[in-house]
Amino acid sequence: MAITEPKAVPLDPEEARRLRAIRAERVGRWILPVAIMLLAVWFWDRICVWNEIPRYILPRPGEVLETLYTDAGLLFGSLLTTLRITFLGLLLAVLGGVGLAVLFAQSKWVEMSFFPFAVILQVTPIVAVFPLINIYVDNQTAKLLLCAWIVAFFPILSNTTLGLNSVDRNLVDLFRLNGATRWQELWHLRLPAAMPYFLGGLKIAGGLSLIGAVVAEFVAGSSGQSSGLASRIIEAGYRLNAPRLFAALILISFTGIVIFLMMTLISHLVLRRWHESALKQDR
Amino acid sequence: MLQDKPAETAQGQGEGASPLLVLRDVGKSFSNGVAALRAVNLTIREGDFLSLLGPSGCGKSTALRLIAGLSTPTTGVIDWRGTGLKGSADIGFVFQEPTLLPWASVFDNIWLPLRLRGVSRAKASPVIREMIERVRLTGFEEAMPRELSGGMKMRVSIARGLVTKPRLLLMDEPFAALDEITRFRLNNDLLELWQDERFTVVFVTHSVFESVFLSNRIVVMAARPGRVFREIAVDAPYPRDEVFRTSSAYAALCREASGVLGEAITLGGSVHGDH
Repeated sequence: MAITEPKAVPLDPEEARRLRAIRAERVGRWILPVAIMLLAVWFWDRICVWNEIPRYILPRPGEVLETLYTDAGLLFGSLLTTLRITFLGLLLAVLGGVGLAVLFAQSKWVEMSFFPFAVILQVTPIVAVFPLINIYVDNQTAKLLLCAWIVAFFPILSNTTLGLNSVDRNLVDLFRLNGATRWQELWHLRLPAAMPYFLGGLKIAGGLSLIGAVVAEFVAGSSGQSSGLASRIIEAGYRLNAPRLFAALILISFTGIVIFLMMTLISHLVLRRWHESALKQDR
Repeated sequence: MLQDKPAETAQGQGEGASPLLVLRDVGKSFSNGVAALRAVNLTIREGDFLSLLGPSGCGKSTALRLIAGLSTPTTGVIDWRGTGLKGSADIGFVFQEPTLLPWASVFDNIWLPLRLRGVSRAKASPVIREMIERVRLTGFEEAMPRELSGGMKMRVSIARGLVTKPRLLLMDEPFAALDEITRFRLNNDLLELWQDERFTVVFVTHSVFESVFLSNRIVVMAARPGRVFREIAVDAPYPRDEVFRTSSAYAALCREASGVLGEAITLGGSVHGDH
């Protein structure tokens, strides 16, 4: 980290300016967002105090933190429920998305025939579809999973399909020349080539899966039996328990951030040895 | 066949060498109406280093793809002459781009053709290591393609083409994208490999100098439609090295080939060219 740039070479003004800019950026990248965030929280607190806003309308940040601590058992239990749906949904989305993409890659005809269905599933708002799911599916977990899956699988499907099809033509020829079977071509060529695309889709799907899980629970919430974070929010809303509402909200967005970081890390670990996107820019 | 010949004997030359494959009246037309090749007659002899030289659009790459079996001729036949050479199984192919698997190391890239034939990594290892040594990449076994220079990538590509010990190596302008110094070096190393391993090469290029330096036969092609224009025999003995590259014989041969290529280009420019 603390490697200092070699001082031996005298720098011309332009290079010196560039070096200063790089250093400033390195520091600023972390300091700035944190500072702005702290400032915003402080301002939030001040607004509450200056305007004497009652806690059931807008709680002070301190109160939210306190609730996060006192209600920890309830909230984190709910978080676990939401997380379970989210990751199961994501897992199914990966299996379904990649599976369908591989199927599509086998034949242009299959892709042409079935891709429209995937698009229809994607563009119809899940909230509007949910009443139907509610009628047809009894099991609460299955309902939520289905929602999370529908929302999350499309980016994986479309990205992986694109990846499987964007293989270097010459490499395909090389495989054919060496008598590769369809399976060998898929395993040794198309799947690795699709990896960066798939991981891009996964990054989007991770966030969407959380959204799907929460939205589904919201819509299902009226019918009662769920216990995820969304139902905590609804409940807190009914009871005008704003601090808990905020606490749950913070937990959800924090979870989203963690999921995103996880996916980014996975992507980096898989691609760092060979893909352009994972390379450090020198200039 | 593998007896020690004196160095000055140019291999593959002379009518004595047996034909490896014969293109008889081979033509190729695409569905969009373009006639890429018309009535190509060509005999490739065992041990030849044959260059297909011509302007772009003369169908030299198409000819290569036809020989490789990546495409089928519209007319005519490609006759393997009962050499036991079974189409693609005995052919190595080197593309204009290195065309490596970016996610695989140098070693694994060279392993690929054997891997596709079901040879395990351990079993293939001695051959792969030998190839890596032959193309002077020892020490780079575990390097990834992105860590290599253009010339080194092309060396990997050549090693991959030769790892199955093919009898015929097809090369489609392999050095066109390289700088001149790298290209010279690769030319020398390729010739050395060819002399040691005695495979047959069909080499597509648009560089007169390269074709004269490398080959014992140059087939000049003309465009619209793609066809064989004239063949030039390059009688200079092998091994050829930097001395040959600066010799007056080389210069004279280049002049001759340039002249023929010029004629071919002029001919291809007109709508109705005939011989």
